[in-house]
Order: sequence, then C-alpha cells, then structure tokens
Amino acid sequence: MNNKLLKSTLGTLAIAAAMTVGSSAVFAGADLDKKLVINGETEIVTRTAAPAHLDGALDEIFSGWIFRKDETQTAQMDDFDNPGMIFVDIAQDAWNKVDGSEGKSCASCHGAAEESMAGVKATYPKWNEAAGEVRSIDMEVNNCRTTRMGADAWKLTGGKMTAMNALITLQSRGMPVNVAIDGPAQSMWERGKEMYYTKTGQLEMSCANCHEDNYDLHIRADHLSQGQTNGFPVYRLKNAKLNGVHARFKGCVRDTRAQTYKPGSEDFLALELYVASRGNGLSVEGPSIRN
Amino acid sequence: MASGVKPRVKVPKTAAAGSAITIKTLISHKMESGRRKDKEGNFIPRSIINRFTCEFNGQSVIDVTMEPAISTNPFFEFDATVPEAGEFKFTWYDDDGDVYEAVKAVAMA
Amino acid sequence: MELTRRNALAIGAGAFAATILPFQAFAAADEAIAAFTGGADVGEGGITLTSPEIAENGNTVPVSVDAPGAVSIILLAAGNPDPAVATANFGALAAKQSVAMRIRLAGSQDIVAVAKMADGSFVKTANAIKVTIGGCGG
Repeated sequence: MNNKLLKSTLGTLAIAAAMTVGSSAVFAGADLDKKLVINGETEIVTRTAAPAHLDGALDEIFSGWIFRKDETQTAQMDDFDNPGMIFVDIAQDAWNKVDGSEGKSCASCHGAAEESMAGVKATYPKWNEAAGEVRSIDMEVNNCRTTRMGADAWKLTGGKMTAMNALITLQSRGMPVNVAIDGPAQSMWERGKEMYYTKTGQLEMSCANCHEDNYDLHIRADHLSQGQTNGFPVYRLKNAKLNGVHARFKGCVRDTRAQTYKPGSEDFLALELYVASRGNGLSVEGPSIRN
Repeated sequence: MASGVKPRVKVPKTAAAGSAITIKTLISHKMESGRRKDKEGNFIPRSIINRFTCEFNGQSVIDVTMEPAISTNPFFEFDATVPEAGEFKFTWYDDDGDVYEAVKAVAMA
Repeated sequence: MELTRRNALAIGAGAFAATILPFQAFAAADEAIAAFTGGADVGEGGITLTSPEIAENGNTVPVSVDAPGAVSIILLAAGNPDPAVATANFGALAAKQSVAMRIRLAGSQDIVAVAKMADGSFVKTANAIKVTIGGCGG
C-alpha cells in the first residue's frame, strides 16, 4: 500500500515535470472564447457547461478545436479546406454502391444519408435493445454489412470504416452530443469511467492525468486538450488521414508505455461511451482537423 | 494509384464577367515521397502527383510543378479571372501516368 | 557503449556531419535558386510569404506566397533533404499571382520563395518556421 502510494506520487511528479505552465510566450494558453462557424453557417458549440455527471471534476467542457493553432482552426471553417471531407465524398460513393450477396447498398434501406442519419451520431455509442448490447456506429455499420448486405465486415480502424463514420457523423454536425449514460448502458458507462481514471503503463498515467487535470497546459510541445471525442473522426495533420476514436485511444494508451487494448474491443467501446458522455452538450463536429 | 483518387473543387456557380474568384482544390493522394522505408527497411518507391493545372475555356490560370514536399492529399488555393461563361478544367498528373480531371461550369451572374 | 578511441572518433565524425549538414542543405537550395534564375541578380520586396511561426505538425504546414506581377514563383524548403517544394506558373487568367498550399517540412528551417517577374527580374523572400516534435505520437 505504501509502495503503491509512493509510486503514484512519483508518477504525478513526473507528469508535473513534463507539463509547462501555459503562460510563456511560445506556449500560450488557448483562447477559450474563440468561435467556430463552419462554412459561414453551422455554429459549433466548442465551450459549454460540463454535464452533471462531471460534477466535481470539470466545470466546463471544451472541444479539442479550442486548443489547436490558428491555421488548423481556420482550416476547419470551410469544408473545402478540410481534407477530411474528401473521405466523406468517397464514403458517399460507398453508401450508394451495392456490395455483398444481397444486392443491397446502404442507400437501399437507409435512403439519403442526409435524412436517415441526421442526429444518429449524437447519441452513439448507445444501447441496442434487439442485440442486447451497447453498440458504436462502426459496429452498426458492420452489422448492416454482414447481416443485411451479405458483405464482408470492414476493418474497424480501416479507411473505409472511418470514412463511412465521417459521412454518418457529418449528418449530425452542429447537434449537441447527447449520449445516454443510464438505463441498460449504465454498466458499460461505469466500466468506461473506471478505465478513464485508471493509471496505465510504465508512466502510470490515466486519461484524467492529462485531459482532466492538465488540459490547456503543454506536455513537451503538445498542447493538451480535454480529450473530447465530439470532433471524431479527425483528420490529423500528423498522419494525413481520418482517424477513429479507438485508433486514437490506442495511441494515447501506448504513450503511457502500456500494452494497449484492441481497437474494436469491449474495453475501448466502454471508454468510447464514457468519453463521449463527457462531451454531452458540445456540438458534434466531425470530421474535424487536429494535429 | 488510380483507385481511390478523388478530387474536390470549390468554384462559385456564377460570377460577374471579368471578376476574380477564389478556387480551392483538394485531391486524395498519398504523395509517397520515396524517402520512407517499409518494415523490411527498403525504400517505398516515390509515387506522387507531379503537376497540377487549372484552365478556363482553354486558357491557363495556373500550372504547378509539384515535388515530394507537397503534403498528402494536395491542397491548392488561388484566384482566377472569369472573362465569360464557361468551364474550369482541373488536371492532376500522377507519376504513374494516370491523369485525374475535374470540370466545373461557371455561369454569368 | 564503451568509450574507446574508435568510438570517440565515430562520435566526433557524427557531430561534424551534423554541423555541416545544414550548410549542404542551404547549398542545395542555392543551386535550385540559381537554376530558376539562371544566375541573375535577385532583389527583395514585392513578394510575400505567409506561414505559421510554429507549425502544428511538420507533415502538413499551410503556406501561401503572393508576388503581384510574377509569371512564376518557386518555393523551397532549405532544410528538407530535397529543398524543392513547388513551382507555380501563372497564366493569363490568374487574377492574382498568389497560391496557397500545404507542405512537408523535415524540421525547423527557412522556407524561401523566389518570383520571376514579367520583366524578367527576380525577387526573393524567406520565412523561418519552427517545427515541434510533440509528446503524443498517438
């Protein structure tokens, strides 16, 4: 017990040493009031009061957009500057394309994505009563593909799935994230919360150490956000492609020098649900642009 | 690289004769620089779009020679004069000989 | 590693290579400029390069260059393994001699733009860009 306490103190000190205060000229804090309007018409809530379940943890929640540099922020204000939108176009072609043994496309059942998918992303992950489980958008897409279309499941972290997720997400852009945390989803949500506050890896860092305790500070050259997922899928300047939530989680957990959970695993699904719920009230923003 | 390459172009649908408009273009392309190595340590061969052109009714607006230092999913923004109604033609030339095209019509406002 | 005489020499040689490398890169950029200008004198003014002081990520850095009256502009990243980035040739229907693009930078360095004007003269400008390596490779 003493040993454990000592370890955790050392871990906290290490983190504190890695953070720099946000007041230096080079590493200035974010302009928390900056406004994001996409295409001059879609207003995005990037700052709002934290949902009730974060009482005592956070007062306010911020989109990751707030913490990016001016050029990156500006690029997200026009869908013709946002490279993530190319993949939405590609997914739109896939939406209309017949695939699999049943001779169906997504459009065969769901019609125009603009109508049938409006508002969908805002509530996911959510409990699927018929399946008796919590499902992510990606799980629903693969379920459609395998059971209704007779097509192969897409790789969860692959380009096709992330692009389709972006197309579906786009139809909820500007709507508030509103993920249910009670009822049948509650146990998964609790599991995700437990993970969020559990230290992992040789660095002994939890999600909360960076994204709750130290957001808007810098860890080396990285300007820490709150780790919100309302902007996913994100087009990262770093790898120049759309990235899904699980792939990003994997990167974070790996950076604590831990064996990571698998993208698509129930562990990451629980974390996806919990982290999404921390953004309840922010606008769905994807596909966004991040570093 | 012919598969999965998708252009995306922003051109206003209408313009006043002789006015200047802003054009934005994106195209999905990995722009493999030739300097990266695969898991076995071998260089991945260069495969980029090496030229981008924009013409309006056959007259040149811009002609860009592109090198491997252009980012993945190349983006260009520039301004064009629209003398009359007509068509913008955008062309991207791939190292492998493939040519990708997009056409956008502009009417007089 | 045991510090033997041979290892010490190897370290020294590595350090020496690291010091001269930037100069080699600048030499390559100068060669590229000379190839573009044909060795003509290069002036200043009349060309504007817009770039971030600190790039969010070196893989995708937004830059734009504007040289009113230019027929073509060459853009170079002096610190890249190959400094050439792009050459823009403006046609009769270019409303401005200006272009924005996203480029790759191998590290903190100067980017250089040289414009060839309609009268055959050349002007040049350069900006320093810092490229940071973040803590979160994610």
